Amino acid sequence: MSIAWEHFTPYSALGGGALIGLAAALMVLLEGRIAGISGILGGLLQRPLPPDARWRMAFIAGLLLAPLLYGTVFHLPAIHLSASPLLIIVAGLLVGFGSRLGSGCTSGHGVCGLSRLSPRSLAATLVFMVGGMLTVGLLRHGLGN
Amino acid sequence: MALLIPLGLGLLFGFGLLLSGMTDPGKVQGFLDIAGHWDPSLALVMGGAIGVALLPFQHARARLKTWLGMPMQLPTARQIDRRLIVGSTLFGIGWGLAGICPGPGLVLLGLDLGHGALFVGAMLAGMGLQQRYAR
Repeated sequence: MSIAWEHFTPYSALGGGALIGLAAALMVLLEGRIAGISGILGGLLQRPLPPDARWRMAFIAGLLLAPLLYGTVFHLPAIHLSASPLLIIVAGLLVGFGSRLGSGCTSGHGVCGLSRLSPRSLAATLVFMVGGMLTVGLLRHGLGN
Repeated sequence: MALLIPLGLGLLFGFGLLLSGMTDPGKVQGFLDIAGHWDPSLALVMGGAIGVALLPFQHARARLKTWLGMPMQLPTARQIDRRLIVGSTLFGIGWGLAGICPGPGLVLLGLDLGHGALFVGAMLAGMGLQQRYAR
């Protein structure tokens, strides 16, 4: 292992993290809800629609509008996507299925759950972090290369 | 009018994702690549988020109603069961494969519509499959 100092962006990471934390904090203090993206989105797939479907759609609409508004003031960040279309589909299926089966993702378990000091979310976060690390390790360095 | 709050919170959350670097799949994979050339930035994203949210969540836990008088709907499940572990494992594998989790996936639609739609479409299908067959 070596540290990629040339890619290290501590200030934007901390600042962006603080905004995410602020959104999660306001969400619970004002609305009494967990800012978990997979849970909020997943509820919209249920039939009949839950009574708070419009609330869920408004939050998702905010997320979708974010890059459009952000781009009017700041440079939109570059993206480096190395996965092939097939791999993106497999990844999306696993992310959707797994986050719903495990009742949360990086936001619900990783940010909100850890901030609530929930042992259950800590377990989930450790598991998906290790899962992601092993997967990237195998993708990039596995099978002898 | 009440919907302006979730809309604004979605925007704020999205701005945070964009600023933090979480919307760049290559950066996410660089963080997960501890065996290679490791970019520790995203540890600071989580640290910054929890640093800001920790005290508000402790305050919220002690309340029955929110500042606006809405019911406090915090999760009640406590068990670390098979579903949690299997689900989180599958999610982690998917996250590592492309470097995209649900929030950044939705934001990706506004950055790279083609790949974003591919990911979000598959993610919605995965969520639908779970809800239909594995509840």
